[in-house]
Amino acid sequence: MSPWRRQGWLPLLALLLGAAGPRSGFETMTPELQAMQRDDAGNPGMLSVLEGEALFAREGCAACHAAAALRGVAARYPAHDAARGGPIDLAGRIAECREQRAGRPPLPRESQPMLALQSFVAHQSRGLPITPDPRLAEARAEGERLFRERRGQLNLSCAQCHETLAGGRLAGANIPEGHPNGYPLYRLEWQALGSLQRRLRGCFTGVRAEPLAPGSPAALALEAYLFGRAAGLPIETPAVRP
Amino acid sequence: MRRALPALVFASVAGLAQAEPVVVGDAIPAPLTAAPGEPARGRAIVADRTRGLCLLCHPAPIPEERFQGNLAPSLAGVGARLTPGQLRLRLVDSRRLNPETLMPAYFSTAGLVGVADAWQGRPILRVEEIEDVVAYLATLRD
Ligand code: HEC
Ligand code: HEC
Ligand code: HEC
Repeated sequence: MSPWRRQGWLPLLALLLGAAGPRSGFETMTPELQAMQRDDAGNPGMLSVLEGEALFAREGCAACHAAAALRGVAARYPAHDAARGGPIDLAGRIAECREQRAGRPPLPRESQPMLALQSFVAHQSRGLPITPDPRLAEARAEGERLFRERRGQLNLSCAQCHETLAGGRLAGANIPEGHPNGYPLYRLEWQALGSLQRRLRGCFTGVRAEPLAPGSPAALALEAYLFGRAAGLPIETPAVRP
Repeated sequence: MRRALPALVFASVAGLAQAEPVVVGDAIPAPLTAAPGEPARGRAIVADRTRGLCLLCHPAPIPEERFQGNLAPSLAGVGARLTPGQLRLRLVDSRRLNPETLMPAYFSTAGLVGVADAWQGRPILRVEEIEDVVAYLATLRD
């Protein structure tokens, strides 16, 4: 039976079985891809982590931060930023620290060095559960509104695919619950490591909607909501996805 | 029940054989173009994941397309279950039957939010393409 027929009773059954709680996209991948992600020697994302480690030393981050002290940081971002009076995500924090404290010239948010630094920092939290910042309730509420709003020429919401239809098949792709716990990650379709923003752009353009500008208040709110609904899932950076 | 859809609901009335699609009950009985739809062209639209997009959600008896979704009922036999008029309304705007439907409205831009510039103000299919798809679906009788 196809999932659209099961929609009625499936959530109820999950509730009764106590199976509630987020499921990482890792769970629904093929055993081959899971093995590729688990094996550091075979996980292509590890190259970026190593590149990030080298940059961390070369760009002077190590002068102020011991890598070990960054453990847990990625699991609690996006975080409240007093100066901005709102959320800042890990990419934004790294860029800020890099420019203001390490005195480096700005780089585009999704340039390879920035992705590598972010991979290295997030990798320090691999295996730790996401613990959302309680001060971001307002941003998360706005993010949830965006998550549930139907958009684009195809008039679909994130929630329709990633809540109601998760587990179903969209043409050849399994629809995951849409969690942000593996980024930056190596995606086979990209043949590259990419950011959460890149993944979200794909979902926006898939429904023929205008993507949110990275770093904009709306994008940060959506990101804060995604991490909120993924509370408890372990950070997987660098994950592998189809 | 005989209701006319509000004119603004339909994105493009150019090429229509009538002023605007007229909904009768759960159908749009009258074709939207003077020239009849062409089933072979309709099949190509349904099979094309960047034009019809149908196979993202629906399985269909199009064996050469291996990757078909399972989010919606199979289109096999749909021509026996529904009349051409009923098929036409489901394509033009399924929200008329089920406001919560997952199925995109293929010939309406009403109520859309955040549409990317490249698709602004355009329905997913042109009126001739709607008729081609209806003609193809009507041939799916088993
Ligand atoms: C001159 C010292 C200095 C340099 C150089 C520096 N940082 Fe920082 N960094 C800080 C301070 C101070 C903070 C804020 C205090 C804190 O939260 O640990 C901070 C915060 C951070 C945070 C957030 C930590 C948290 O717990 O929220 C990250 C991530 C970070 N820096 C990464 C980097 C990276 C990557 C570089 C190199 C490009 C770098 N920093 C360079 C001093 C520095
Ligand atoms: C039409 C269905 C659909 C819609 C609507 C949609 N997505 Fe997705 N999304 C997918 C599919 C399918 C994948 C997985 C693609 C793959 O693995 O090839 C995915 C992947 C993701 C992932 C990556 C999950 C992981 O494990 O790495 C995130 C995060 C995500 N989507 C968030 C969103 C957000 C936020 C929205 C709304 C702005 C959205 N999606 C809208 C279908 C959709
Ligand atoms: C985003 C998913 C999606 C896409 C894309 C889609 N549909 Fe649907 N369609 C559905 C769903 C779900 C239904 C079930 C009825 C409902 O929910 O309104 C449906 C119902 C139908 C029905 C009525 C079927 C019946 O047995 O009653 C027809 C006919 C149909 N679709 C044809 C098409 C065609 C042709 C295309 C492409 C031009 C298409 N659909 C694209 C999701 C979709």
